[in-house]
Amino acid sequence: MPETILEIDALDSFYGDFQALFGVSMQVGKGEVVSVIGANGAGKSTLMRSVTGLLTNRPDMVRFGDAQIGALRADQIARLGIAMVPEGRQLFPSLSVEENLIIGSQVGRPGDWSLSAVYALFPVLAERRNQASTSLSGGQQQMVAIGRALMSNPDLLLFDEISLGLAPIIIKNIYEALPDVIGTGMSAIVVEQDITRAVEISDRVYCLQEGRVSLEGKSGEVSRDAISKAYFGV
Amino acid sequence: MDWVNAIIQGILLGGLYALFAAGLSLIFGVMRLVNIAHGDLIVLAAFLGLTVTTALGINPLLSIVIVAPVMGLIGYALQRLVLNRTLGDDILPPLLVTFGLSVIIQNGLLEIYSADPQKMSAGAIETASVGLPGGLNLGILPLIMFVTAVVIIGALQWVFYRSAWGRAFRATSDNQDIAQLMGLNKSHVFGLAMALSLVVVAVAGIFLGVRTSFDPAAGPGRLIFGFEAVIIGGLGNLWGTLAGGIILGVSQNIGAQINPGWQLLAGHIAFLVILAVRPRGLFPRIDG
Repeated sequence: MPETILEIDALDSFYGDFQALFGVSMQVGKGEVVSVIGANGAGKSTLMRSVTGLLTNRPDMVRFGDAQIGALRADQIARLGIAMVPEGRQLFPSLSVEENLIIGSQVGRPGDWSLSAVYALFPVLAERRNQASTSLSGGQQQMVAIGRALMSNPDLLLFDEISLGLAPIIIKNIYEALPDVIGTGMSAIVVEQDITRAVEISDRVYCLQEGRVSLEGKSGEVSRDAISKAYFGV
Repeated sequence: MDWVNAIIQGILLGGLYALFAAGLSLIFGVMRLVNIAHGDLIVLAAFLGLTVTTALGINPLLSIVIVAPVMGLIGYALQRLVLNRTLGDDILPPLLVTFGLSVIIQNGLLEIYSADPQKMSAGAIETASVGLPGGLNLGILPLIMFVTAVVIIGALQWVFYRSAWGRAFRATSDNQDIAQLMGLNKSHVFGLAMALSLVVVAVAGIFLGVRTSFDPAAGPGRLIFGFEAVIIGGLGNLWGTLAGGIILGVSQNIGAQINPGWQLLAGHIAFLVILAVRPRGLFPRIDG
């Protein structure tokens, strides 16, 4: 395994009094794509919120590079180089397409991704740059959400259920564009309910079940049976 | 001609009301905070202007240069140290805290400046006027105030829709979590919004203090005018707020023309009528 960029160490995460994650440990290597699968309520979104800082934990439970980021705020973590394509896209409705992209670059990290690079990846967005983000189709909105995350030139990019609520053909297109996105040496965590996609796109896979890691392994080596067992717990 | 005069004076007065309202509207738009202490902050700015004016012996209009940044700093500190702690899913805590703030400011001003009404004198400019055809006279000072109000509203509109600050304001207003993911610290963004609001309040307060007499208890009345202008114009639309201020000013002056005792009543009636007919205001939020 290459040098570790993200290390999650025995993470316990809480929503108020409710404990959502129990001792979850996970590593992501430099340039590696890791997928996280699991049923609804398995703790995938909690895990993403903990990594991005929307949920704060003990400092040493999440490490990014040399930094302990478990207790940092989301805006501080964004500056260190973690970006997320959030579940349900969550574009800013008051901002135009281009403004949504520009605000992604707010953290001021240098790198290859710029407005023109995003427009080259998704040409349709260039045509609609001045439209309200709410006027786009679901797939186009997903492109904006991906572009917005790329604009911060992150070292680690999180995709939270990017296929949710999109037509199959759109999902296919988006996944076909992904290698261009993460092929540039970026590390990625892909959260998916679609197991086939998750296994296809990733180097390694983690399965969560009721807040615990129920399976981890190389994507090519884990069997469907093992995944089913880890996914449903039967 | 008296009627035309009443309407023109009302329009000019409306500029001042729009200034009362603009900061209120901005804060509500960015963080859904209803600032009950807004009127008292206007009066606080007027008293600060009075102190600066008497200490330095300068024209009160010039004191804006000092009072505006001071109010901006007060706004940022107030937001970071107090108001940010009250923001959340529940809208009651910020209402209660700003209400308490209102009481504190009024009593603090009473303690320092006493209950005597004060007025700032801007000198000869106060009585200067330009003649219009038909024997009408436009006061130079009300005209300056009106033009300033239009410029400030235009500038706020530009900041909100064309600048990086405005982008941050709108994004944070849309979705605080995702804005935070974009590297925007919402505590800081809210602090900036309150600072901007209180810079506008500083101008409004000093204009108020030059135009009429004021005392520590004058705040709540200004708050009502501000509220009415915002609601008449439609929430979240700054040009609408200007129109709301003008409608309020004109209504009041027409009322006063009918009977001097009807000035405030006429303004409130105009407000209630518009609220009944168009509950979302005349120009509800438009983007761009």
